[in-house]
Amino acid sequence: MFRLEKRPEPSRLWTWGTPVLAVVATMIVGGLLFAAMGKDPLLAIRAIFWDPLFGPNASYFRPQLLVKAGPLILIAIGLSFGFRAAIWNIGAEGQYIIGALAGAGVALAAYPAENPLIFPAMVVAGALGGFLWGLIPALLRVRFGTNEILVSLMLVYVAENILSYMAHGPMKNPQGYGFPGSRNLQQYPSAHNAEVIAGTGLHWGVLTALAAVVLGYVLLNRHLFGFQIRVAGQAPRAARFAGINPNRLAALCLGGSGALAGLAGIFEVSGPGGQITDAFNVGYGFTAIIVAFLGRLHPFGILLAGLLMALTYIGGETAQLVVGLPAAAIQAFQGMLLFFLLAFDLLTHYRIRRRRITA
Amino acid sequence: MTLGGIDIVMLIASMMVAATPILLAATGEMVAEKSGVLNLGVEGMMIMGAIGGFAAAVATGSPVIGFLAAAVAGAVMALLFAFLTLRLLSNQVATGLALTLFGLGLSALLGQGMQGIKPPATMKLPFGPLTDLPVLGPIVFGHDWVVYLSLALVMAVRWFLRHARGGLILRAVGENPEAAHALGYPVVRVRMMALAFGGALAGLGGAYLSLVRVPQWTEGMTAGAGWIALAIVVFASWKAERVLLGAYLFGGITVLQLRLQAAGVAIPVQILSAAPYLITILVLVVMSARGGRAALAAPAALGRPFHATR
Repeated sequence: MFRLEKRPEPSRLWTWGTPVLAVVATMIVGGLLFAAMGKDPLLAIRAIFWDPLFGPNASYFRPQLLVKAGPLILIAIGLSFGFRAAIWNIGAEGQYIIGALAGAGVALAAYPAENPLIFPAMVVAGALGGFLWGLIPALLRVRFGTNEILVSLMLVYVAENILSYMAHGPMKNPQGYGFPGSRNLQQYPSAHNAEVIAGTGLHWGVLTALAAVVLGYVLLNRHLFGFQIRVAGQAPRAARFAGINPNRLAALCLGGSGALAGLAGIFEVSGPGGQITDAFNVGYGFTAIIVAFLGRLHPFGILLAGLLMALTYIGGETAQLVVGLPAAAIQAFQGMLLFFLLAFDLLTHYRIRRRRITA
Repeated sequence: MTLGGIDIVMLIASMMVAATPILLAATGEMVAEKSGVLNLGVEGMMIMGAIGGFAAAVATGSPVIGFLAAAVAGAVMALLFAFLTLRLLSNQVATGLALTLFGLGLSALLGQGMQGIKPPATMKLPFGPLTDLPVLGPIVFGHDWVVYLSLALVMAVRWFLRHARGGLILRAVGENPEAAHALGYPVVRVRMMALAFGGALAGLGGAYLSLVRVPQWTEGMTAGAGWIALAIVVFASWKAERVLLGAYLFGGITVLQLRLQAAGVAIPVQILSAAPYLITILVLVVMSARGGRAALAAPAALGRPFHATR
């Protein structure tokens, strides 16, 4: 038999080894799953992980990688701060929606005026919208001690309903022949989040995500705030003795991650998404949770994890074409990845020792 | 009896149907939490129960087998969670989230080609002429067997936790696992059983959605029901009878907003649809604002990992 022995400190090797191990295990088990469905597993895995990057249509898929990774990274960076401090914002999907609505609202109110200030104003409104939506669970937690996990999640469903209301009501395109959905912001030059370098997928949201990675790293490792977060997560009692205000921390983490999710929303709706519709949100807010953990709650890790997860999204599409893998398969694949990661994390915190036979 | 164009008797009867999935899931989750484990994967277990139960019922033509399969599917998911959190000592919150995300994905995958199929009808209990009684008929005697099963389960859980020896051990494990371990109780095994029970009930709840309440399979059809079940456990301060109250209140709100939509009330549909979630938040706030008492009701070791070093 084996027994577990707690490591005095998390293993550095395994901290970064487990995500790799988890990806490999997911490929193997995912492959078996695909085989069980009657699909060629090797072909499916190649379609997911290889074809989007180096396959025949890679030139089309590569820009998509940045388009998908941008919002995932942006949201996950925000979430990682809270997760480190054991403040669980799982309602990023809602904050993403509200950010998009707030920003799109500015654009639609200004339509058809052309002014270089419109886009910056939209970005500010988007961040503010997400910030305020994220602040609701924070305030309820601070003021009443309400569980922020449940409240932030409930607010996702509220936000989805507001989105639907806006798409069918106030934000509906008056020239849209009665179809639900707003005007397309891609056709409104002042509001369009166009690619910074054409054909690369690199839009302002991706640049912001990269900036968030760097800023997150500085904040976490070179700033008092990052230190407080780590103390609050690892030793809550010590944090209190050190005079770290848990309420301020909760508000900063939830509001801050909300603002980043809101930014992701506004960059999406003004760029690749284009318009406010019922089906505007596609679950980035939830996938970002996987990204945050896969990236070890570390900014650079999240950058890599975001790219990988974006790859599985796009790979899912190619696999649909190549081997006829259903779209839902990729969702199961992503969930499995998080499972394996959490399971292998044992190796980071514990040593596995063979049990000595005692006479 | 009608009020503002809404038949009150029918409202209460359909409230019970609407509340049953959440009641089942919340009762199961309460037992799991009583053992000191916070399983946030209720949504994932429910949806796996929904698809598992649906597929089995369609394949065999028997709703009973469907519900059994759903309970097994939910329990298997719960044991996966148990293995990760109890054996591999992973973070409970993160693992619960993973269970939900995984369940939503896997169920969508398994449900390929199941859309639009009608499942076999679940049997109503034959109360004979009693069903035709005014008022009491539809409310007390008009339901399928799962509704009565869910009520019986609530009562059984209440009795078990209060009066049975096993219930006492379960609570001891949830309040102070170190002490329970020192007394020789198998903490991990007790928690595993509690989790499996919770998963089975969540699976039943999910199957009730896909086999009775809707009744068909659509992707992501639980639509937050599992999370609401989690909220109801908090609302109920971990007491079975209060879980019943919470679930029925919530069912009432759900049905009422549907009836108001149907009656064409001049409120946007989306505001009505959002109402159950808003009210859940409100209830959580009220419960937690009462402070100390509600917090004390939570099992002392809830969410804390247990690792017997000796």
